[in-house]
Amino acid sequence: MKADSLRARLKDAGFDFFTGVPCSLLGGIIKSLGDEYIPSVREDTALGLAAGAYLAGRKPCVLMQNSGIGYSLNVLTSLNLIYDIPVFMIISYRGYGGNDAPEHIVMGEHCVELLETVGIRTRVCAGDDIETALRDARASVDDGKPFAVFIRQETLS
Amino acid sequence: MIMRDAIGVLLSAIKDEYVVCANGFISRDTFNSKDRPRNFYMLGSMGQASSIGLGLAISDPSKKVVVFDGDGNLLMNLGILTMIAKAAPKNYFHVVLDNECYDSTGGQPTVSSSVDLAQAAKGCGIRSVIRKEADEDFDADFRNMIAKDGPGFMLLKVGRDPSAKVPRVDIAPPMIAERFKKG
Repeated sequence: MKADSLRARLKDAGFDFFTGVPCSLLGGIIKSLGDEYIPSVREDTALGLAAGAYLAGRKPCVLMQNSGIGYSLNVLTSLNLIYDIPVFMIISYRGYGGNDAPEHIVMGEHCVELLETVGIRTRVCAGDDIETALRDARASVDDGKPFAVFIRQETLS
Repeated sequence: MIMRDAIGVLLSAIKDEYVVCANGFISRDTFNSKDRPRNFYMLGSMGQASSIGLGLAISDPSKKVVVFDGDGNLLMNLGILTMIAKAAPKNYFHVVLDNECYDSTGGQPTVSSSVDLAQAAKGCGIRSVIRKEADEDFDADFRNMIAKDGPGFMLLKVGRDPSAKVPRVDIAPPMIAERFKKG
């Protein structure tokens, strides 16, 4: 899926607050969001910012590389999940299938189960199946629960 | 002045503002001093009160946001100062209650006895920065700060009272969020 098309679908789904920490795989969508995207210094800070946006009535979306899950887990488990503060995370899936730079291999092997283990629903997108993922994300967020979509390399190419 | 009393002084100046309280004794002292729906009490997620306050302030410029932060909390998320400076929301006010320690875990020291967090805020580009020592009055300065356009940053050096028994926040977290969101 093209970045502009993903942005349009995110807006159609009602997401109206965007922040995060970049990944090369997310470069397209971040560029497409332009000034609507707020650069955060860290992934947990992005989740905090998104929680504030939610409390102001917004529907936030956080973009990050899966390496950011480590920083994120404390906020997800001690803020989002216990206060019923939803967030939609779009996470680039580095290290998928064990093919990537060394720093991505361990997280690539465990990132999905890390989120599932703490009770966050996830979906891995291989390509144009993002439509279904967005539907699930919207339903989850409207239900007050975080949702994560892992995007593999080819999704935004 | 000890932190609990400083929070009492701050709360006496608060009217319809949204107050985001850092975890630990800052939330507990605020809750026990004057609970109100527009107080958001962090229970965990140390460091993130300032992020939540910033997200709120950016998202709704009609809401005036005051963050009650701590030195340990700010040190854990020091980069937020750069984001506040960049976004420069007129409705964001950051108070750091600096007791130079992690109070609720037993008073282990932070580095803020030798690192000036007010200078850090200034260095990051936050224009309106005030520093007050533990023996200085700050009531008028705080009232003046939140009456003007933000972003404002106030470092309050405070003492601690290790003998105090401070009850925990006894509101269920989803209720804290829900009533805060409704305002």
